[in-house]
Amino acid sequence: MRHEAFSFLARWLKERTGLVVGAERFYLLESRIAPVARRYQLGDLDAVAEALRQGRAGDFAVDVVDAMMTGESAFFRDGKPFDEFRSAILPGLLAARAAERCLRIWSAGCAAGQEPYSLAMILAEVADGLAGWRIEVVATDVSRELIGRAREGLYTQFEVQRGLPIRALLHHFSQEGDRWRIAEGLRGRVELREFNLLADPTALGRFDVVFCRNVLLYLEPAVKTAVLDRIARLLPPDGVLYLGASETVLGASDRFAPLPGQRGVYGLASASAPALRERMAVRA
Amino acid sequence: MKTCLIVDDSKVIRMVARRILEGLNFAIAEAGDGQKAIDACRGRMPDAILLDWNMPVMSGIDFLRQLRRMPGGGDQPIVVFCTTETDAGRIREALAAGANEYIMKPFDSDIVESKFAQVGLV
Repeated sequence: MRHEAFSFLARWLKERTGLVVGAERFYLLESRIAPVARRYQLGDLDAVAEALRQGRAGDFAVDVVDAMMTGESAFFRDGKPFDEFRSAILPGLLAARAAERCLRIWSAGCAAGQEPYSLAMILAEVADGLAGWRIEVVATDVSRELIGRAREGLYTQFEVQRGLPIRALLHHFSQEGDRWRIAEGLRGRVELREFNLLADPTALGRFDVVFCRNVLLYLEPAVKTAVLDRIARLLPPDGVLYLGASETVLGASDRFAPLPGQRGVYGLASASAPALRERMAVRA
Repeated sequence: MKTCLIVDDSKVIRMVARRILEGLNFAIAEAGDGQKAIDACRGRMPDAILLDWNMPVMSGIDFLRQLRRMPGGGDQPIVVFCTTETDAGRIREALAAGANEYIMKPFDSDIVESKFAQVGLV
């Protein structure tokens, strides 16, 4: 692949998804895109770049984007954030929403569904107390392939052993050969959608909790700021944002402030947010 | 330092598991079958046991049933099965016999660490 083709592909991906592909990832890009070139019988990556330059869109463009998405995820990834969601954040929000009886959660960048299904498992644990509630988990990813896998809900033995306790596996999955399929009851709790974080998410509605973990780290700074701004607008004053273990809002957005006693969990930095921080401080 | 007894008839598996668990700060003892594991537990009860299912002399499930009847073997140690038996029925059988977690082979360090973290060993 020529340098010029690499530059074009990197620019194209950034405009389309916000993904940053620096020069040091030349070989990564090459190894990810090469199978797409073969699939479409394009000789090499220069031909892929040329096809995109000439405006070839549709499935081809979708496949190029999909090839670059890592899909790296795990059930209950990092453990602790989900433990704290279960023990502190969720009970607090349920108490605060007792009048409306409605709670909406967005899993933004949901990969093959591990995160939203983990949330659905936690919600299933408290389902008895939620009769008459409207609980919605909306899960989105830019990758059509990953959303397709999430819909399928079929995981390898390796995937179900990362983060998922064995009792949860037996309880929420059924065995199909050497794979495991998520129970229909959980599958039905999650609304899966293809969605690009560069787009306006207003149509997705308001959310009480947004999980956007290990997504922002792949994005260029300006895009990161814009995404955080748009998420902030979807949250009520006591809404909560989860970021990945190695991510922070520092330097990217002043609309969020970390919640005391929690790692990777943020509330809105606006005037009305202190109520939430107080609630958390009592629990911390 | 927590102790872990690795019970597997494959020397290679014991070596791989030892490397992973030493990396998680466990002091390691090894046993090549269920009977040797019983002897080891009579000598000194470990904090954790990584347990294969299919072994000569005494299988992992038979060992586990005996262990849970031994003095000091009822609730502790924490037992994590690690086996090529991947059928859901087998997994249920192991849990009913007193296993705390279950790893389906093949495994890697991420899986071992994740499972040991879930049962509070890491």
